[in-house]
Amino acid sequence: MSIFNPFINFFRVLRQVVKGNKWYYAWVGLLSFFILLGLVAYFKQLQYGLIETAMRDQVSWGLYIANFTFLVGVAAAAVYLVVPAYIYNFKPIKEVVLFGELLAATAIVMCIMFIMVDLGRPERVWHILPVVGKMHFPASLLAWDVIVLNGYLAINLFIPFYALYKLAHGREYNMQIIKPLIIISIPWAISIHTVTAFLYNGLPSRPFWNAAVLAPRFIASALCSGPALMLIIFQIVRKIYKLDIDNKAIFKIAELIAYAMGVNLFLFAAEFFKEFYSNSIHLAPMKYLFFGLNGHYNLVPWMWASLLFNITAFVLFLLPKTREHFFSLNLACVLVIAGVYIEKGMGLVIPGFVPGTLGEIYEYTPTMVEKYITIGIWAAGALIYTVFLKFMIPIYKGELRFKSSQSKQVG
Amino acid sequence: MKRSLFATLVIFALISLIPPAWGGQKEVPRDSLKKPGHTLPEFVVPPPPLSKDLYPCSQCHADMEPNPTRRELTFHTEISKGFNHAKDQRWCLDCHNPDDRDKLRLASGKLISFEESEYLCGQCHGTIFRDWKYGIHGKRTGYWNGKKVYRLCVHCHYPHWPKFQPIKPLPPPKKPYDIKYRRLSEDEIPRNPIEKILKDIQ
Amino acid sequence: MKDREKNRILTKHISRRDLLKGSAFGLASLAIPIGKADASFWEAFFQKHFREMNRDEVKAVIARLEEDYYKKYNKRFNIKTTEALPGTLFGYGLDLSRCIGCRRCVYACVRENNQSRDPQIHWITVLRFKKGEKWVNDLEEAEKYYYPDEVPEEGYFYMPVQCQQCENPPCVKVCPTQATWKEPDGIVVVDYNWCIGCRYCMAACPYGARRFNWGEPRIAREEINTNVHYLGNRPRYKGVVEKCTFCIQRTRGNPGRYPACVEICPVGARKFGNLLDPKSEIRYIIENKRVFRLKEDLNTQPKFFYFFAT
Repeated sequence: MSIFNPFINFFRVLRQVVKGNKWYYAWVGLLSFFILLGLVAYFKQLQYGLIETAMRDQVSWGLYIANFTFLVGVAAAAVYLVVPAYIYNFKPIKEVVLFGELLAATAIVMCIMFIMVDLGRPERVWHILPVVGKMHFPASLLAWDVIVLNGYLAINLFIPFYALYKLAHGREYNMQIIKPLIIISIPWAISIHTVTAFLYNGLPSRPFWNAAVLAPRFIASALCSGPALMLIIFQIVRKIYKLDIDNKAIFKIAELIAYAMGVNLFLFAAEFFKEFYSNSIHLAPMKYLFFGLNGHYNLVPWMWASLLFNITAFVLFLLPKTREHFFSLNLACVLVIAGVYIEKGMGLVIPGFVPGTLGEIYEYTPTMVEKYITIGIWAAGALIYTVFLKFMIPIYKGELRFKSSQSKQVG
Repeated sequence: MKRSLFATLVIFALISLIPPAWGGQKEVPRDSLKKPGHTLPEFVVPPPPLSKDLYPCSQCHADMEPNPTRRELTFHTEISKGFNHAKDQRWCLDCHNPDDRDKLRLASGKLISFEESEYLCGQCHGTIFRDWKYGIHGKRTGYWNGKKVYRLCVHCHYPHWPKFQPIKPLPPPKKPYDIKYRRLSEDEIPRNPIEKILKDIQ
Repeated sequence: MKDREKNRILTKHISRRDLLKGSAFGLASLAIPIGKADASFWEAFFQKHFREMNRDEVKAVIARLEEDYYKKYNKRFNIKTTEALPGTLFGYGLDLSRCIGCRRCVYACVRENNQSRDPQIHWITVLRFKKGEKWVNDLEEAEKYYYPDEVPEEGYFYMPVQCQQCENPPCVKVCPTQATWKEPDGIVVVDYNWCIGCRYCMAACPYGARRFNWGEPRIAREEINTNVHYLGNRPRYKGVVEKCTFCIQRTRGNPGRYPACVEICPVGARKFGNLLDPKSEIRYIIENKRVFRLKEDLNTQPKFFYFFAT
């Protein structure tokens, strides 16, 4: 009978995923609607080309790449849970680390989707692979990105799925298998974000990106937005699934966000000072962001809002009183996510192109097609994570058990 | 004044001619341009754009007595009225040979044909003449590693009014805001404005 | 019949208002084509990188492309694959003291190199600067859209910019698929059948020289230039990057013609030649004139030399 076990187990998981209350169906239905909207917009883009976006030769990357950059940060932030959980054996966080890893995996999947929709010839994407294609390694940072992102995805799928598999069979997972992977995943998480920063950083044609502080800033801001997203998810999960997540874990993570945001703000200040005080011609993009350039100031309100959000959140996370109060904590989380999303999304990509290499200013405003596709990918990400949680939590709580030849336990 | 302007424009238009227009034309040897130690590119120079009505000059001038006095001409009025080439220092017979009008005359007294008029211009414009020889000054067509077609000074510069006249530029590129998907039939696809210019020249 | 249907879909454009209908066509274009008529689809899909094909494979690809182009434009193409001449490194000179900003070069280039007329693509950008104001490093003062009745205008000068054919090209370095590379004669080329359209090269280029086919490129049939090179002016596809190749289809030859922009320039401001030939015009310019290259601080080492004859 044992050869049928995997199928039986698969159907158990499937049943678990398909079954749910009306709120679950409503949520999945809503996400599906947005995914469908995104798909329709994407087919339009496929048919007519990227002319359906507002990107042009002057600003050749836009909303898609902005979201990609933000999500790499979210993915990298899983490490913030892994380090205290496994290295320092901080028990409260250890219990939620699987959620973080699955979030990282989901974020990477979304990153890959954002890259795919940005390609002019998506059907040729295999050209980027080694052996079958003609990967430009090690010269192109995008080739590095393909390697580190996929590697990180593999690690972050393997660890939780391995742990869940063992749990589902009612066994404790083997730390000797997990441990080396966890050790690797720490520098790997740093590397995905460093490589993504270097992708911009290595272009001397774009002075705004060509600053050594870019990679540290990426890491710092990633360690704000990713964990903040997780804090919100933890609370939702705790509420819906009546799962026991220790407040200590939440407050610890919030404290770590405060430090990361402190570093992020400091690095930003260093960059801001350097540009404005030296007042060279490379100031133009920074000026465009915060004060507008030659009557173009699309991003100015956004950037100031972002800065305000980040500073407020920093204070809220830093003070124990507001950190350990759920209203202010959640407010701070939302502010951090919004602040970093602006700063590291459009606020990073667009000033690389404004003013352009030949001095032209083209103010990019995403089209509806771009917005629909972006919403669609976010919805797809949310759906993937929802499905993950749907079967993961019962396993985690011991409610869902696999049929196995060794274990007699049947769920 | 207006006519000379027109003449200049006509000459200006001529310079855009494509090489085949001179394909079979007689090539004037330029061996005398060569100096030891220098290598000139291999090139041909098409004959000057002379009007059949006016050239050979001897058609009329053979029987006329040369008049060296500076004056308002009664014939060639478009030249004398529009004349704008160091006009205080120069007069017709400084360049045109008084005795045989089908020749040009260098300051040394040496006579040259209209086909090799670059020597005449080069008397004053020495550095430009040098650049011209090496292919740097002026328009070139042909082959970068083979025979090139040069232009005489007068193909581009009307000798009696050598300064270039302004021309209409071709349209600017479309702004990024205006680049949108459009449904177009074959006839509605925008045509290249250079085609009209090339057609007008030929 | 099937082909005709496909052509109809390609040439006639579906109402963009009808989003759902449009998406249905998008789906159709994604659907895996079955049957003999679409064998060329799979051949195109699996086409190898240009530099990894052997002679026979190149031949087969050229034949297929010529057939595709015939179907699309109803014209017979001659697609060359001429290799670089030994001992050549192309260099370009542009005399800023002569340029009058008339944009003849822009459109002669479009004519020669089959750039899309709609959506419009130009490989050459002519910048206008006010005399005495800052330029060269800070191009923010540059005006690209000037359109007076006559040029040159009093108080202004002009600087055309196109691909500088860098010896140290950042665009080549960043391309994740090696779809763009520097040829032995120094020309930076793109394999339009290998480019995935990620546009990283456009971000990397300091000269704004690379252009993207945001939509399906369209050219009126009678204006198509059928004398093309695989790595140069053959018609491009939606979603790929393109750029100036110093008219590779003209210049690669013995004898090789001057690029189209050189031949059209009414003031003779554009010069072209072999940097390895001490007798070439470009070498004469470098040795006898004051030359500069754009954005030299980036160490891209362009082979495009701006100079002042006077």
